[in-house]
Amino acid sequence: MKLLGEKGVQKILLVTAFSAISALLLIALFIIKEGLPFLITYGLGDFLLSSDWQPQSGKFGILPMVAASLWVTLGAMIVGAPLGVAGAIFLSEFAPRPVMRVIKPTIELLAAIPSVVYGFIGVMVLAPLIRSSLGGPGLSLLAASIILGIMILPTIISISIDSILAVPQSYREGSLALGATVWQTIHMVTIRAARSGIIASIILGMGRAIGETMAVIMVAGNAVKIPRSALDSVRSLTANIALEMSYATGLHREALFATGVILFVVIITLNSIAILAIRKRVGKR
Amino acid sequence: MRIPPRFTQHGAIALLGGGTLVTVIILVFIVVFVLEKGLPVLSLSFLFSNPEEMGRAGGIFPTLIGTIVLPLLAILIATPLGLGTSVYLTEYTRESRITKVIRFGTDCLAGIPSIIFGLFGFIFFVTTLGMGWSILSGGLTLAFMILPTIIRTSEEAIKAVPKSYRDVSFSLGATRWQTVRRVILPNALPGILTGVMLGIGRSIGETAAVIFTAGSSLRLPSSIFDSTRTMAVHFYILAREGISSENAYGTAAALIIAVLLVNLTAYWLMHWFISRRS
Repeated sequence: MKLLGEKGVQKILLVTAFSAISALLLIALFIIKEGLPFLITYGLGDFLLSSDWQPQSGKFGILPMVAASLWVTLGAMIVGAPLGVAGAIFLSEFAPRPVMRVIKPTIELLAAIPSVVYGFIGVMVLAPLIRSSLGGPGLSLLAASIILGIMILPTIISISIDSILAVPQSYREGSLALGATVWQTIHMVTIRAARSGIIASIILGMGRAIGETMAVIMVAGNAVKIPRSALDSVRSLTANIALEMSYATGLHREALFATGVILFVVIITLNSIAILAIRKRVGKR
Repeated sequence: MRIPPRFTQHGAIALLGGGTLVTVIILVFIVVFVLEKGLPVLSLSFLFSNPEEMGRAGGIFPTLIGTIVLPLLAILIATPLGLGTSVYLTEYTRESRITKVIRFGTDCLAGIPSIIFGLFGFIFFVTTLGMGWSILSGGLTLAFMILPTIIRTSEEAIKAVPKSYRDVSFSLGATRWQTVRRVILPNALPGILTGVMLGIGRSIGETAAVIFTAGSSLRLPSSIFDSTRTMAVHFYILAREGISSENAYGTAAALIIAVLLVNLTAYWLMHWFISRRS
C-alpha cells in the first residue's frame, strides 16, 4: 500500500465505490439486451395481453402469468400486511421493552430462513390442509398467497418497528397530555407520524412477494391459466422463467428474458418509491 | 352509541397482541416442524457420506462442500468491494450527488429478486464470459447479490467509530489511509464481520440465483471451474421432484441449522460491537 501512496488508495476506493451501481447497470444492460429485441418484434401488447402461451408454436402471451403474479401478490399483502403492521405496533407500543428486544431479533432471524423451506412447508402442511378443508388441488393461488404473506412478515415488522420507534417521544407525550388514551395516541398520532416508513415496509414486502420464485413454484401448482378462484393452480411470472429456463432456446428463451425485463422494471419502480419514502422520513428528522 | 375510548383500547390491544402471537407462532412452527422431522435423519454419516441414486439414499457430502465453497468465494469477492465502497462513502467524501447515486444504486440492488440475478448470471458469466455452470459463475453472481448487505453494515460500523479517534490519529500526523487502516477498520471490525456473516447466511439459503449459475452437479468439485450443488438446491430438487422426503427433511434441517448458526454469529458480533461502544 505504501507503493500506491495516498492518492492511489483514494483512486482504488473510488473505483470500488462504483461497484454496486456498476453491478446494477450491468444486470439491467444484460437483461434488457436479451429481452428487449423480443419485446419490440413481438409487440408489448401481444406479449402482455394475450393468454396464449405455447412456446413450441411461437405463441408467447403472458397474461395468465401476469394475472397470477398480481393475484398472488395481492393475496400475500392481504395476509402479510395487517399481521405485520399489527405485530409492529404491538411490539413497539404495548409490549414491554425486554419482550420486544427478544422478539424483534427472533423475527429478523426468521427472515433468513431459505425460501425453499417456506415452500416445502407449504407443500407438506398447507396444501393438504387446503385440499381437505376447501377442496381443489391444494397447490393453489391461496396456498401461494399465504406462504408469501408469511415470508414477507419479517420485512414488514422489522422496518415498521424502526419507523414507529423513530417517532419522537414528545409527540406521544403531547397527545397523552391532551387527555387521549394510549390507543388514541397510537392511531391518531404515532402511526400517522410513522406512516411513510410503514408504507415503505409494505411496498418492500410487495417487491419481495412479486420477485419470490422457488417458494411459489413449490406451492402454486404452476398451471398456465388465468385463475378463476383462489383454489386454482396458477403460475407466476417468476415461476415461468425458472421452470422453462433450463430447456428454453431461441425465441422461447428471449421471451423468458423479456419476462425478466418486465419484472425488473416493476420491481425497480416499487423499490424506488419505497426508498424515497424512507429517505423522506429520515430527511425530515 | 359511542364506544368508550378505554373499551376500544382494550379491544385494540387484544387484536394487535393476538396478531403478534399468531405471527410468532407461525414463524416458530416452521423452524420446529422442519427440525422435528429432519433431526432424526441428520447424523454425521448423513453429512459426510456421498449421495446414492440422485439423493434417494446416502448422504449429502458434495452439497455440504458446495454450500461452504460457493458462499466463501462470494464473500471473498464482495467484501473488498463492499468495504472499499463504505470506506469511500464515510471517510473520503462529503454527502453529494455522487454519494446519493451510489446509495440509491445500492438500495436498488438490494431489492432485485434472486431470479433476476440468476438470469443475469446465466447470460453474463455462464454464457457471455464462457465460464459455464461453475463455482466461479455462482460465486460471482452471489457476490453481486450480497454486495448491498456488506456495504450497508460496514458503513454503519464505520460511522459508529467515534470522531475523536480520527481527530487523535490525524493530530499525531497520520495520513487519511493510515487512520483508516490502523484506527477505523480495527475498531469497526466486529460490525464489518456482522455484514460478512449476513452475506454468508443469505448465500447459503439462496436457490434461484445459484441453480442457473453454479448448476446442480452432485459430483465433488475439483476446481472452481466445476459445477456444484448447494444444500439449498439439493433440498429443492429432492422436494420438488419427490425423490425422497426423508432426505429432504434431513437436508432442510442441516440448511436451517447452518443459516441460523451463521445469523446468530452475526447478531452476537453486532451485540458485542454495540456493547463495547457504550
